[in-house]
Amino acid sequence: MLDIQNLHASVEGNEILRGITLQIRPGEVHAIMGPNGSGKSTLAQVLAGRDEYDVTDGRVLYGGEDLLEMAPEDRAREGIFLAFQYPVEIPGVSNTYFLKAALNAVRRHRGQPELDAVDFLRLVREKMKLVKMDESLLQRPVNEGFSGGEKKRNEIFHMAVLDPTLAILDETDSGLDIDALRIVADGVNALRGPERAFLVITHYQRLLNYIVPDFVHVLVDGRIVRSGGKELAFELEEKGYGWLEQEARADGSAAPVGAGA
Amino acid sequence: MSAEATAVAPLAVPTATPAAGPLQPYADDFVARTELRANEPAALCALRDRAFVRFTELGFPSMRQEAWRFTNVGPLARTAFVRAAPRKVTAEQAAPWIYAGTAHLVVVDGVVAPELSNLEAVPQGVRFGSLRDAIDAGGPAVELLGRHATFDDAPFAALNTALFEDGVLLHVERGVVCEVPLQVLFLSTATADEARISYPRLLVVAEEHSSAVLVERYATIGEGETLAVPVTELVVGADAVIDHYRLAQEGATNAQVGLQQLYCERGAHPTSYSVVTGGSLVRQDVRAVLAGEGVDAILNGLYLTRGRQHVDHQMYVEHRAPHCGSHELYKGILEDRSRAVFNGLIHVLPGAQKTDAKQTNRNLLLSNEALVNTNPQLRIFADDVKCTHGSTVGQLDDDAVFYLRSRGIGEEAAKSLLTYAFARDVIDRIKAPAVRHDLEELLLARLPKGDVVRQAL
Repeated sequence: MLDIQNLHASVEGNEILRGITLQIRPGEVHAIMGPNGSGKSTLAQVLAGRDEYDVTDGRVLYGGEDLLEMAPEDRAREGIFLAFQYPVEIPGVSNTYFLKAALNAVRRHRGQPELDAVDFLRLVREKMKLVKMDESLLQRPVNEGFSGGEKKRNEIFHMAVLDPTLAILDETDSGLDIDALRIVADGVNALRGPERAFLVITHYQRLLNYIVPDFVHVLVDGRIVRSGGKELAFELEEKGYGWLEQEARADGSAAPVGAGA
Repeated sequence: MSAEATAVAPLAVPTATPAAGPLQPYADDFVARTELRANEPAALCALRDRAFVRFTELGFPSMRQEAWRFTNVGPLARTAFVRAAPRKVTAEQAAPWIYAGTAHLVVVDGVVAPELSNLEAVPQGVRFGSLRDAIDAGGPAVELLGRHATFDDAPFAALNTALFEDGVLLHVERGVVCEVPLQVLFLSTATADEARISYPRLLVVAEEHSSAVLVERYATIGEGETLAVPVTELVVGADAVIDHYRLAQEGATNAQVGLQQLYCERGAHPTSYSVVTGGSLVRQDVRAVLAGEGVDAILNGLYLTRGRQHVDHQMYVEHRAPHCGSHELYKGILEDRSRAVFNGLIHVLPGAQKTDAKQTNRNLLLSNEALVNTNPQLRIFADDVKCTHGSTVGQLDDDAVFYLRSRGIGEEAAKSLLTYAFARDVIDRIKAPAVRHDLEELLLARLPKGDVVRQAL
């Protein structure tokens, strides 16, 4: 489904991703872990199509197509969804309007008829239950005045409505208390299925207690320095990232400390 | 005082005027109208004389003057405008500019056109008609003409006062609630062969406890250069409620330099919108005097500019009495090489305690060539007040555009949605449904992929 080959990306001349190779197949849940500044969020943004990052080498195939050639909206319509680490507040656009415009854009692209108001509302109500979201948040401007937890739940709610094939969760656990974390994780787990893949980016192992991954990759200085099963996450929880960072540098792939932070 | 002025000024004016020069055509027009003025009440005659003298003293403003720093009226001063003799305008030409369900007066080149007007729904206790007729008939409302729209520092207002021929008087009597919305449509007629000037005049007198909704709209029929020099005076009596919408929607070769003067007595609730969507150069001075206690004045504005349009708002809000509120929210969306100026001053006089004044100007630039000069200011001489002001000039937020696109909304639609959202709070505050709907549609029509935005609404 997603085939990342030797991906290099930089911002304003600083190379942040230094050769990432990763394959994700339908139904799999991959976790990317790593210390701050290792390039986790950059990877998410590059995959979603943020244009402030320059891809300097490598390629990314999505369903066999060149993902990097696609506009962000086309990636979304083809089934990629990014849950933002910092969901953007959009004053003046209500959550419902926004979601309706997005869903209909996606449906048009997929050759499906647009939903009328009744069907849309039915769908929305059903998906809100997944993340126990308050209906009042529908009429409010997108994310404006939402608490940290509400913003993250809103992201998972959007994801549920848009029904992606590849969902990228960028530090969805950051800033969540344990109850909110559980709600978000339950929402994600309800959406797991054989056709849908997840790329879960997180700094802490905590989230992976709730969203149990099939694979764990550790990102250090823009490279995957170790891959393994879910037990790798426990090892990291116990030992921290230091030993992997030292190993990575000992390998001669040294980057200045803090580069890309 | 007025008798003296009447005697002296008509003689003094032509000789005091610098020979030839850009003011000469106006002096000629003023002299040519001497006989017409002679039939007017002495007080008005004196007012006009003072106004013309003041105009000749002030002349056309230069960009060296603070209030005109960013707006160049030099080209207007150099243009040989001729007073527009009202042309025939058909009902079909006027119709697109008239809101359904209003009692309306159409004023063509400054003179009321009764055949285009419809006053059937005007209720008892409301006088809504030709200013010329009102002047001829006399009465207390007409005596307020020019009392508040002072021209000592306003050459164009002086020019209007000296030269206006007709216009509109709206007089709502004490305690009368005018349910039907009223509209004044000021039409300029343009022709390719001459540059035409007109002097629209509007006087609104809302007595104590009265209420009315008034739309004041400017548009042009035909192609050619025009200049409108309007003066609007609103005298809002104690506890009166006035909703006023001023829409400048002329063509790309039509300029206007206007003054809008609000005078508010105790407990008055005026709302006044300035909407600019058309015109080449639009200069609008909005002045509000909060004279009595407990006034709550709302002054909002929206300008949507394109091409080489230039829109200048000069706001002056004077708090004279305690416990008054003034709330200004002006927003602009600028495209192409257009330019906007916003200069706002809140002036709190000594004794105007518990003033609650807020002034906000926000601008969205949709092009790298568009330009805004914004300068909100406070001048406060009371110590127990709450005054805030702020201004912003910015482009669309890249993070927001990306966020929308990452959910499947196309780039143009995303930008249009955010642009619409920017204007939305100002549009939503418009209480007259027809005006609000009209502006929504106008904005959507201008936005690329506006249909996508409409569907999302």
